[in-house]
Amino acid sequence: MISAGLAIPLALAVPIIGCLLIWLADKSPNLREGVTLVTGGILLFLVITVFAAVSDGGRPEYHFIDVIDGLPIAFKAEPLGAMFALIASGLWLVNSVYSIGYMRGGNESHQTRFYMSFAVAISAAMGVAFAANLFTLFIFYEVLTLSTFPLVTHKGNADARRGGRVYLGVLMATSIGLLLPAIVWTYAITGTTEFVPGGIMSAHADAVGPLAGVLLGLYAFGVGKAALMPAHPWLPNAMVAPTPVSAFLHAVAVVKAGVFSILKIAIYVFGIDFLHETGASMPFMWIAAGSILLASAIAMNKDNLKARLAFSTVSQLSYVTLGAMLATSMGVMGGAMQIAAHALGKMTLFMCAGAVYVAHHKTLISEMRGLGRVMPFTFGAFFIGAMSIIGLPPMAGSWPKFFLMLGAADAGQLAIIAALIISSILNVIYLLSIPVQAFYMNPAEDGEKATGAKGAGIKWGALKEAPILCIAPPIATALGGFLLFFFADPLYNFLTPLIGVG
Amino acid sequence: MIIASQIAVLPIITPLILAPITLLLPKGRASWAWATLVSWLTFAACSFVLKEVAQTGVISYHLGDWAPPLGIEYRIDLANALVLFLVSGIAAVVFPFAYRSVQLEIDERQTPYFYGALLICLTGLLGVTVTGDAFNVFVFLEISSLSTYALIAMGARRDRRALTAAFNYLVMGTIGATFFVIGIGLLYQATGTLNMADLHDRLVGQDNRMVQAGFAFIVVGIGLKLAMFPLHLWLPNAYTYAPSAVTAFLAATATKVAVYVLIRFFYSIFGFDFAFMNAAFTYVLLPLGIAGMFVASLVAIFQEDVKRMLAYSSVAQIGYMLLGLSFASAAGLTATLVHMFNHALMKGALFMAVACVVFRCGSHSVQAFAGLSKRMPYTTWAFILSGLSLIGVPLTVGFISKWYLLQAAFDAGHWYAGFLIVASSLIALIYIGRIAELMLLREPASEGKYVIAAKDAPLSMLIPMWALVAANIYFGVRTELTAGLAEQAAATLMAFAGGGA
Repeated sequence: MISAGLAIPLALAVPIIGCLLIWLADKSPNLREGVTLVTGGILLFLVITVFAAVSDGGRPEYHFIDVIDGLPIAFKAEPLGAMFALIASGLWLVNSVYSIGYMRGGNESHQTRFYMSFAVAISAAMGVAFAANLFTLFIFYEVLTLSTFPLVTHKGNADARRGGRVYLGVLMATSIGLLLPAIVWTYAITGTTEFVPGGIMSAHADAVGPLAGVLLGLYAFGVGKAALMPAHPWLPNAMVAPTPVSAFLHAVAVVKAGVFSILKIAIYVFGIDFLHETGASMPFMWIAAGSILLASAIAMNKDNLKARLAFSTVSQLSYVTLGAMLATSMGVMGGAMQIAAHALGKMTLFMCAGAVYVAHHKTLISEMRGLGRVMPFTFGAFFIGAMSIIGLPPMAGSWPKFFLMLGAADAGQLAIIAALIISSILNVIYLLSIPVQAFYMNPAEDGEKATGAKGAGIKWGALKEAPILCIAPPIATALGGFLLFFFADPLYNFLTPLIGVG
Repeated sequence: MIIASQIAVLPIITPLILAPITLLLPKGRASWAWATLVSWLTFAACSFVLKEVAQTGVISYHLGDWAPPLGIEYRIDLANALVLFLVSGIAAVVFPFAYRSVQLEIDERQTPYFYGALLICLTGLLGVTVTGDAFNVFVFLEISSLSTYALIAMGARRDRRALTAAFNYLVMGTIGATFFVIGIGLLYQATGTLNMADLHDRLVGQDNRMVQAGFAFIVVGIGLKLAMFPLHLWLPNAYTYAPSAVTAFLAATATKVAVYVLIRFFYSIFGFDFAFMNAAFTYVLLPLGIAGMFVASLVAIFQEDVKRMLAYSSVAQIGYMLLGLSFASAAGLTATLVHMFNHALMKGALFMAVACVVFRCGSHSVQAFAGLSKRMPYTTWAFILSGLSLIGVPLTVGFISKWYLLQAAFDAGHWYAGFLIVASSLIALIYIGRIAELMLLREPASEGKYVIAAKDAPLSMLIPMWALVAANIYFGVRTELTAGLAEQAAATLMAFAGGGA
């Protein structure tokens, strides 16, 4: 058994070693995918080691090097980071299984580069999760951006180039243009970038003063991965990527790294009490609420399934930002749980969308009428995932909504509760309508395009499902979302240190 | 023992005395091998000097045993030891790199002259750095400039426009040198001395028209040499049409040395007692630095020639260095010194990558880079990594530069400057990203003049280039040598100049 302190650097190193082995195994696809899966397994084991240690109250840490005096690359696990790392590494394993089915099913090119980029990206996600200070977080945040660029532009055509340009442009512009100055400014004011429970700002309240709002704004929009409107366009544009990449962006690592950073900055840099007392976060609470509703409204108008899911993600991410900006302990709890619940739910939805594409090459929702009758498992899983995203019990997604409403009530913001309710209703309309159409409606009457079955009932004899590797993972994550509903209490207890100090 | 006591002069006399031998050697390989050996010896000498200075403090060496202020003094503190190390280090990488590139771009009969001139240019740059005598600076500056004019003109074999570029540079460079020497003359008139330390002592309390005019002449003269916006007009053509190896060498060294001279004159000669200097910081360096950062970066986006694009980017990067200086603080000075070092690493590597493309493809036009990742993967990744460094991505030296600059800006209370710095970096993202996208995501040309064989540059070019790329990453993670020494050097300079921390 290895110590948790050692498991942290190993969790970063193992995927990098995996990346090199994948490169060496270029010529033998089975070996190459074997390497990916073994790497994923080892990584998950390492992260569980850290998670267990944190759960026992430990705070394993690892000091790598001092880049500049007082600015070390250092890692320290705490509950939020451990939870994010567990989600990311767990879902990466699922995603890898799914990728194998998807990439082979679709005969995609450049598969070695694809798996290598994934390995680097997951290592960067681990770096973000365990970062002990803003400086380290920023480094791995940028590595994550750059390592996912080859994934987004995987197809290499004109669309991919355009999407890649927006992806990199928005993420780099926000991170270098806003996040980096914010970090340096924080360092100039406080002399540290360390994450400290209770925040580092309160000790320098005089120096920060009225700047707190400005600084928080730099962080809120500087973390472009959190896709707070109007820093969201990279997310829909990244839809040009193959579906496993979309799943990775939306559920496993990238957007989660964004909202994780927001929560982490709110809790450990500003401190919830500090935000509450100064009211610095109020404007951003309203922006987050606006982002939730606006993105949902846009999602309603999208016929392309992946585009609709993308805007749904923009909306759902703002729940986490909202939780942070409410500046109440229940809000933080809701935001943290939303990271976990949304990861499972959105993962399911994307993998289902990919399964539909692999099996039938359909991307438009209007073309999927009746498809549920030939792909009952896929759309069944989609239905369950959608329930979780909407926040209906007995799915994991209901807890974060519940805590967020509690948090809003604590903060005395009744309008926020109304916004949450409206958003859930919009979710019901634009998400549940997809499986409902697939199961109950007849395909359009234009011959060739119609692949769905007519009439009522599932045609068990005429199923045309995607390969098993594309179906099993979404079913697994859908069930995971169901199980998490009943394990909310351990998760709550695990996360209490976040609000205990605040 | 003799060597140890003569250590300060070694970086100069090694290349100075050994360079003419190059002319006597056979053309081609022999003269190259000799020049490379000399550059390595020089690098060894400079590293030794840096080690000595870091351990024992300032070295003062009296040339010919004539005591200053009458005799010429070589005075090496941490600031110029660092520049010596940088310039000779770049030379030690560029010389081995040059062989194949020069073989292609320069007439073989000219090679002894070429390598000889390059060594003399190196000597001049090192001399400017090492000396503690104001007039001696002018002498060495001219030594390096004259050889540079010749080196740029040698690009004429590939493109005749190199001749006009060299001529323009000659005119501008000579005007700059003249201004500089007029300024020195005025200071001499006011003080009766040329030794820098002595000048500093005697200038105290003098704030008359003559000294002010001298100051202005010197700033404009050096401004021309370091391509301070808007005195940069010679630079893009000179860099574009010079032989590729020369561009890589000049871009990484020449302007850096000029920036160093500016720092030396500001801090070791004039000092903060001189009221005019603060005005120069606020009303000259700050606005010109910022204007350079933006105008040159924006112009770089629209270039159809990668060498010219990088040349404009160099003008913009000099803007950062001037901006750091203009904060008139130890943090700002540190940032300038750090960026001087770091920018040499990234621009050197970038121009080397372009040289590799020219070697295989015969062109430095933007179109030549289409689909390069499939033909020349190692060159492509060298370009991309050093390009990321230029943008300022973490784990590269560019990030360290940006960090220090931002910190200096916020410390000085110029928070708006902080945002201008990052905004300008984002323009770098556009022009580097454009080339990176071409290299990674386009198909290589299948017909026309940009068709190249699927073959990377030879190892003799790849190894030096990747050595610089590795330095970009190494010094992006370990900063004791760069930022650590720069911080100490800045503190010493500040203390001497009498400024606050």
